Amino acid sequence: MSSSTTTQTYVPKTRVGKVTDYVDSRVGGSGIVKEFGRKIFPDHWTFMFGEVALYTFVILLITGTFLTFFYDPSMAETHYNGSYLPLRGVEMSVAYASSLDISFDVRGGLFMRQLHHWAALLFAASVAVHMLRVFFTGAFRRPREFNWVVGCVLVILSLAAGFTGYSLPDDLLSGNGLRIIDGVMKAIPVVGTYLSFFLFGGEFPGTMIIGRLYVLHILLIPAVILLMIGIHLFMVVLHKHSQFPGPGRTNTNVVGYPVGPVYAAKAGGFFFIVFGILAAIAAAFTINPIWNYGPYDPSPVSAGTQPDWYIGWVDGALRLMPGTLGDNFDFEFMIPFPWGVNALSLNVLVPALVPAAIVFTLMFAWPWIEAWVTKDKREHHLLDRPRNAPARTGVGVAGIVFYCVLWAAASSDLIATHFLVSLNDVTYWLRALVFIGPVLAFMVTRRIALALQRKDREIALHGRETGRIVRLPHGEFIEVHEPVDDYKRYKLVSFDSPEVMVPKPDENGKISLLDKVHGRASRFFFEDRVAPVTPKELEASHNDHHGEIAGAKDRESIASH
Amino acid sequence: MIMADSSNGAPGTSVTVATPGRELDEFENPGLPPHRPRLADRDPRAEKRAERQVALLFLISVLGTLLFFAGYFFVPLNETIERLRLQNLMLGLGTAFAMLGIGVGIVHWAKTLMPDHEVTESRHEIRPEKDRRDAEKIVNDILDESGIKRRPLIRNTLLGAALLAPLPAIAIFRDLGPLPGNSLKHTMWDTGVRLTRDPSGTPIRASDVTIGSAFHVIPEGLNEVENKLEEKAKAVVLLMRLDPEELNPSPGRENWGYDGIVAYSKICTHVGCPVALYEQQTHHLLCPCHQSTFDLEQECEVIFGPAARPLPQLPIEVDDEGYLVASSDFQEPVGPSFWERG
Ligand code: HEM
Ligand code: FES
Repeated sequence: MSSSTTTQTYVPKTRVGKVTDYVDSRVGGSGIVKEFGRKIFPDHWTFMFGEVALYTFVILLITGTFLTFFYDPSMAETHYNGSYLPLRGVEMSVAYASSLDISFDVRGGLFMRQLHHWAALLFAASVAVHMLRVFFTGAFRRPREFNWVVGCVLVILSLAAGFTGYSLPDDLLSGNGLRIIDGVMKAIPVVGTYLSFFLFGGEFPGTMIIGRLYVLHILLIPAVILLMIGIHLFMVVLHKHSQFPGPGRTNTNVVGYPVGPVYAAKAGGFFFIVFGILAAIAAAFTINPIWNYGPYDPSPVSAGTQPDWYIGWVDGALRLMPGTLGDNFDFEFMIPFPWGVNALSLNVLVPALVPAAIVFTLMFAWPWIEAWVTKDKREHHLLDRPRNAPARTGVGVAGIVFYCVLWAAASSDLIATHFLVSLNDVTYWLRALVFIGPVLAFMVTRRIALALQRKDREIALHGRETGRIVRLPHGEFIEVHEPVDDYKRYKLVSFDSPEVMVPKPDENGKISLLDKVHGRASRFFFEDRVAPVTPKELEASHNDHHGEIAGAKDRESIASH
Repeated sequence: MIMADSSNGAPGTSVTVATPGRELDEFENPGLPPHRPRLADRDPRAEKRAERQVALLFLISVLGTLLFFAGYFFVPLNETIERLRLQNLMLGLGTAFAMLGIGVGIVHWAKTLMPDHEVTESRHEIRPEKDRRDAEKIVNDILDESGIKRRPLIRNTLLGAALLAPLPAIAIFRDLGPLPGNSLKHTMWDTGVRLTRDPSGTPIRASDVTIGSAFHVIPEGLNEVENKLEEKAKAVVLLMRLDPEELNPSPGRENWGYDGIVAYSKICTHVGCPVALYEQQTHHLLCPCHQSTFDLEQECEVIFGPAARPLPQLPIEVDDEGYLVASSDFQEPVGPSFWERG
């Protein structure tokens, strides 16, 4: 810095001061402290999910690294000789044997495996919930679209991390999972068989796959996740965190706690809390007891088992797709070519690819889809309460329902045995529900959001119901409403409520097709809307205590006309 | 940075960021609500109490760590799974207390004793126009000095080279695996290969197979071959005996079974799980992975679920010693479909 030449050289006096100065004058720590020491972070409980994701990832790095010291990713055959008696002498892969050794012969190994697996489940869950938080509050809008995309990549990477890890113990369950992957791959037209042979190093199962998944699992995928997290957090700092609207909060400021000391203490403490909770779960609840499953063998299979939750939906989709229709139609097509006949297995390809393609395409493209509908190019640093964006919230819940139906389908056999209904009936119902469920979910959610908005209007205008009934002098009974103060009211009234955009004809009086589609989309999104209370309405309501307020009625352009 | 007060936080002060277009009939932002002091801010006794609580939580963490060591050193593992469970519980709860003590302690400290004034900071433009202009000039200078625009010969040859250079990095992955060739179309089964029990490998006499029974079968010699799992993944077979009346063989397949004994591939034609469940009453085979159901009475046609093709049948007969043997390999590829299956 230029001023350092003019000021006196600083001479530290204490021990700590000397060490700090020694380091600082070499790495420029003062600048970093100046930049970040008192940086403001807005606080809200929903901002916690991203933190949970970050912390569980750190826990995965710690526990995973411990596991690598003992785990051996070899598919060579061996005879088990460890402490678990029921499997003594059984032929198995070295990978499975070393996973058993971690569980039974390394002190703390079982705990580490459980902690790693529970952390993996929580990691995927927190990444997903974090994404939903961002979606439902509109935090993906300008300028945060690219960070949303980075987040979507992280979702996919966490699925990949989970799946590759799940396969490592090489037990019967994970081997069957790989078998399914192999089958799905082979269904890919033209290149499928080659992809499968390249992945497995020959015919399934081969002797290569575990080693390859291992490299992906402990090196490539974590490294890319780390890189993405870096980019993600860099952008969070660049944009500064968004905040919910409220008194004192505007689109141009950030209101919250400074990093030092409060935010750092809360966030840092929270890491230990997440760690502690996961440790308690790992202590009490067994997950993936691989010793019960036995080594992988292509012949036996255990019924009633499920993949981890983040993969389950694809498995569910595979179950729901019928392979044949009636007696004479099946979804495997034999296509004659000049060189011979090739097989196209739509019964596998469609469920394996289409739902995932729909979900991920919508996910990645959503910020632009919504910006196109709203034509809103402004920066948004104030979040939406989900109820204040009824259509978006409806779409989000429809997505969740779609996912959950597919996930439930992955347990169709358990549902059938548990509720004593026929497996085929469960499947038929779920087939219908995959299509109907999201539509219903959209409609119901949007109605609920609108109802909540109306309730907000009521409260903003007339205050909260106290439940106290009072009889007026002239005999009428009324419920006493307690007016809300300015701060609370501001929370209820400060939101954007876009209106339907009607397509405008051009000079020739024509409306282009794109504009027509846009008009439709805009109507779909904003036809039903509840406008925020205005000061005028409030005044009117104060003048006229009981009875309806005409102005409010007009603005509440609830559709279906 | 300004400590919070109500004067700060007026809406709509910048033109670069969104300001709702309803300014005239919208509420004025009332600014941050006044700060409400906490108990510990007002009452020194409450403050002291909070301090002691935080310290207590940190002490709980210490106890947790001790619990971990107690489990680690004083619960020797033997060959019972109960011991392992106990140790796991102590390590886990020890770690849980160690971490929760620290975490809850710090958060409690932050919530009760550290200042809880909300602070306001203003946002800055993400890309001020001046930065853009400066950056544009820098980029143009760089491009100019490099001369890449002025020298198309250099640019185009570099482009060509850069497009080609990564190709070896792709090609080098060729040896990830061998080409499929015909391997998916053949299994270990062949004329005269005995049907043996999975996993022991003992041969099966036709007389061993009573009506209603089912055997999990592997080809004789499977346990000795080198690539055992790969062969097994194609060759496993289910053997069942029905009343011959109940079988309805199609023309050409009448003698693929022996006196009501039939053998079908156990590898699901959906995506390859073992079709391991046999319902004796209905003569259905059920795949536990996605519930494809095959009907033995109709040569294992799919009657429910996502599979599209019947399970391939293995033609069998009986040799001179009364053992069941294959008459040939499967007549079609087993397992999941693949493009070249044809
Ligand atoms: C990025 C997120 C990660 C996820 C979602 C994840 C997930 C998983 C899962 C589900 C398993 C199976 C656990 C079991 O029940 O045995 C597993 C195993 C394993 N993971 Fe991870 N993991 C992650 C990161 C890591 C990292 C960073 C490392 C090492 C540096 C690692 C090393 C291992 C090892 C060695 C195993 C095999 C353990 C065994 O078979 O006993 N993991 N992982
Ligand atoms: S693998 Fe048999 S039904 Fe899917």
